[in-house]
Amino acid sequence: MTLKTEPFVVNVGPQHPSTHGVFRLRLTLDGEKIIDADMVMGYLHRSMEKLAEERTYTQNIPFTDRTDYLAAMTGNLAYVIAVENLAGVEPPERAQWLRTIMSELQRFASHSMAIGIFANDCGAWQTPVMHMFRDREKILDLFEMACGARLTTNYMRIGGVSRDIPPEFMPTATKLLKDLPKRLDEYENLLLENEIIVARSRGVGVLTAEQAMAHSVSGPMLRASGVAWDIRKADPYAAYDKLDFDIAVGTHGDVYDRFVVRVAEMRQSLHILEQALEMMPEGPVNAMQPTATVQPAWSAPTGPLAIRPPEGEAYARIESPRGELGFYLISDGGPAPFRFHIRSPSFINLTPLALMTVGSTVADAIVILGSVDIVVGEVDR
Amino acid sequence: MSMAAGRPRSTLNITGLQIAHLIEQRFPGAVLDAAPEAATIDPARLIEVCTHLRDDPELRFEFLSSLTGVDRLDSFEVVYHLESIRLNQMTTIKVTTLDRENPVVPSVVPVWPGAHLQEREAYDLLGIEFDGHPDLRRIFLWEGFAGYPLRKDYLVGPGGRFPGLERFPGEAGDDMKDIRGTQ
Repeated sequence: MTLKTEPFVVNVGPQHPSTHGVFRLRLTLDGEKIIDADMVMGYLHRSMEKLAEERTYTQNIPFTDRTDYLAAMTGNLAYVIAVENLAGVEPPERAQWLRTIMSELQRFASHSMAIGIFANDCGAWQTPVMHMFRDREKILDLFEMACGARLTTNYMRIGGVSRDIPPEFMPTATKLLKDLPKRLDEYENLLLENEIIVARSRGVGVLTAEQAMAHSVSGPMLRASGVAWDIRKADPYAAYDKLDFDIAVGTHGDVYDRFVVRVAEMRQSLHILEQALEMMPEGPVNAMQPTATVQPAWSAPTGPLAIRPPEGEAYARIESPRGELGFYLISDGGPAPFRFHIRSPSFINLTPLALMTVGSTVADAIVILGSVDIVVGEVDR
Repeated sequence: MSMAAGRPRSTLNITGLQIAHLIEQRFPGAVLDAAPEAATIDPARLIEVCTHLRDDPELRFEFLSSLTGVDRLDSFEVVYHLESIRLNQMTTIKVTTLDRENPVVPSVVPVWPGAHLQEREAYDLLGIEFDGHPDLRRIFLWEGFAGYPLRKDYLVGPGGRFPGLERFPGEAGDDMKDIRGTQ
């Protein structure tokens, strides 16, 4: 006797712990095998690109916090570098170092969330992520000291940063840098060779180097596939050209390698921070003091203080915790960008999701999506 | 896993004029316009040019960094930021379509699969159709959404005002009344 069978559709999300936000995955199943994966996104679409066309360059900085809300500092940085390229502004030395320090603190905080929640997806329910939250809190405290906000920092400015760090920042950061390596040892012991994580992730969701490059995948995902491509090395911005660090590269391109690459990058971030705190010079923190730090009056945002870059276009990209974060700006000489486009790594890294999930099981799909490390605010913008 | 040290270097930016020259040598007549920012390619020859840019051993642009749709008021433009990971260089090319009613450009998904979601985004928000795209559907907005919001003429406001066109109408004058509507 033959049984009549038909494909079965399962909706993962929009409200599901594994989607890390409001993101929906429609899986078509044949038994437990996935035969098709369709992404449904846009639940968090706020049309930032349209909003930005009606606001001045300085007013747009807070939007860049709210795309990738787990890495606001790098979002700010990519945008202000694009405006600086457009307007031809060179930030002072100390600002470059402050940008580097904040970016690396942010990378550590963002990666700790990535691996903590990834452990959640693997079945280590909540314990690792609570440990990660503990360390991330300390970093957010540092951000609060520097700019008054923990998540939506709005710290970078066109031509530098909004303000210098307060005197208590350095001792706190130095003390934190003494503690974090021990914590990281602990996590490596706990997670790297953990039987559950290894069994769930090794050989799952494999992406070869050629596939990863063809699908415009960037960041830890690309490096896990064996491509040593890091914009901090390939096209240094801020103060990265003066720092000594290594790029973590995986070999198999599977979920496990993505996880290991992130852990290794956290170690490198600490190494960078140690050097940067030592080497940071004194000096001014903003090249365009009046224009960039004094906000134009609310009643006249396009007044004499507004920045008006000359007609032209600029594309700037940096290495955000999730990958290559780019901003493409077109200026028509006015006080607001004519076109404001975000090349968001979370969004583009999802391109090969069907390629990675088709043929595997539902349980694997959850882990694969976790390894992409999306932030839905950045996917949908 | 391994660690690669690597020396810091800068990405070489091949300007629009240089890339236009290189393309013109191989495909005479394929470049319609060249500016320092980008070379504008004839849409009919986009695929062969892009395939060449990807496969040429001197260029090797195997990584499509970003694809952007732009409303230029009289035309639509699609901007491709290309990167070569092996040779650490980047360049920018564009295609333009003058048809505002039914803008169509060829899809580059066969050359760079990484364009898949980005072309869907440009279609969703600007209404640019990509001929040859395997699965061209709206992505952020739902099927049936009226209009394309990133177009400059989207939603004509009260009094025939185009919010996307007349940015900062109070700029020359006094206040923000025009922007926020009459209150």
